[in-house]
Amino acid sequence: MSDASLNASTLREDEASFGDYFALLKPRVMSLVVFTALVGLVAAPTGVNPFVGFCAILFIAIGGGASGALNMWWDADIDRVMKRTKSRPIPAGKVGEEEAMQIGLALSALSCIMLALATNIFAGAFLAFTIFFYVVIYTMWLKRSTPQNIVIGGAAGAFPPVIGWIAATGSMAVEPWLMFALTFMWTPPHFWALALFMRSDYDDAGVPMLTVTHGRRATRIHILVYTALLALFAVGAAFSGIGGPIYLAVSAVLNILFLAGAVRIARRDEAASEADNFKVERSFFKLSLLYLFLHFGAVLVEAVLKPYGLGGW
Amino acid sequence: MALRPTHELHKRRFSRNLGVGLTLVAFIVIVFGLTVAKVTSNDFSLPQSVVEQN
Repeated sequence: MSDASLNASTLREDEASFGDYFALLKPRVMSLVVFTALVGLVAAPTGVNPFVGFCAILFIAIGGGASGALNMWWDADIDRVMKRTKSRPIPAGKVGEEEAMQIGLALSALSCIMLALATNIFAGAFLAFTIFFYVVIYTMWLKRSTPQNIVIGGAAGAFPPVIGWIAATGSMAVEPWLMFALTFMWTPPHFWALALFMRSDYDDAGVPMLTVTHGRRATRIHILVYTALLALFAVGAAFSGIGGPIYLAVSAVLNILFLAGAVRIARRDEAASEADNFKVERSFFKLSLLYLFLHFGAVLVEAVLKPYGLGGW
Repeated sequence: MALRPTHELHKRRFSRNLGVGLTLVAFIVIVFGLTVAKVTSNDFSLPQSVVEQN
C-alpha cells in the first residue's frame, strides 16, 4: 500500500464524500433563499453590477447553507429519531457533529464578511442577524419550547428578499418587508400541512409542533385561519409597490386554490385522511411550494417589466 | 478491511479533494471578479492618501 494516509486504524467505511458536506447546507432550502433574495435584489430601484449581484446572491445562499449546517449540528439528536431527517449526513454517520458546527461557523463568517465587502456593511450585518435568528432564536430556543415555533421561526426564512434589497440599495424600504411578510405568513400553513402527514415524526422527537400540543383538529383549523389571513395579505399586496396586474392575476388564482385546499383540510377528519394516505394534505403541501414560487415569480416579472413602463400600476 | 491500491475510499477522498480544490479556485475567481467589477465601476475613487502620494 503506497498511500501512507490510509491505515486500518483510521479507515472508515462511511467516510464522507463532498456531496455529504454539500448536503449539510440544505440545498433545497438554499434554492428558496436564492430565488427570494434574487427577487429582492432585482425589485430594488438601484441597478447593481451583474457580477456584484451574482456574488451577493451567492453569499446570501452560503449564509443560508451555513445556518442549515448549524441547525443540523444542534438538532442531530432529533434528526436521528425523525424518518424525514434520518438520512441527513450527521444521523447517517457521514459527518461528525463537531465537524458540522465548524463548517457552519466558518461559512457563516465567510458569507457575512464577503457580502459586506461585495455590497455594503448593512447587508453583511443583516445576513449575520438572519443566521443568528435561525440558529439561536429558532433552532436553539423556540423549536423545542413552543408550538408557535414555526410561526416566529418562519421569520428567518423570510429575511432573504430583505437582504437582497439591502445589498442593492444599502437602505431599507417598505417593499422588501412586504416580500418578507408574504413568506412569513406562508410558512405556518406550509409546515403544519407537513406535520399532518409526517404523523409520528414530531411526536417521536418530542418537538412541540401544533399537532402534538394542541391536537390534529386544532392544527387543521389553524391552517385554515392562517391561509385566510395570508390570502388577504397576498392579494392586497398586488396594490402595493411590489404588485401590478400580473401579480394580481397570479395571486388571485393561487389564493383561491390555496384557500380551497385549506377548507378541504379543515373539513376532513383523521379517518378520511388515513383512508387516502393524506392525499389532500400532501397536495396542499405541494401547492404551497408552487404558491410561494409563483408569487415571487410575479413580483420578479413586475420588477423586470417596470423599466419598459409595463410592470406595476 | 482489505486495502487494494484503488480502494473505493480513494474515490470518495478524490471527490472530496476535487470539490475542495474547485471551491478554492471558484473563490479566487470570485475575489478577482469582484475586484475588477469594483475598480471599473463609475463611483470608484482612489483613497486620498494614495492620490496625494502620486
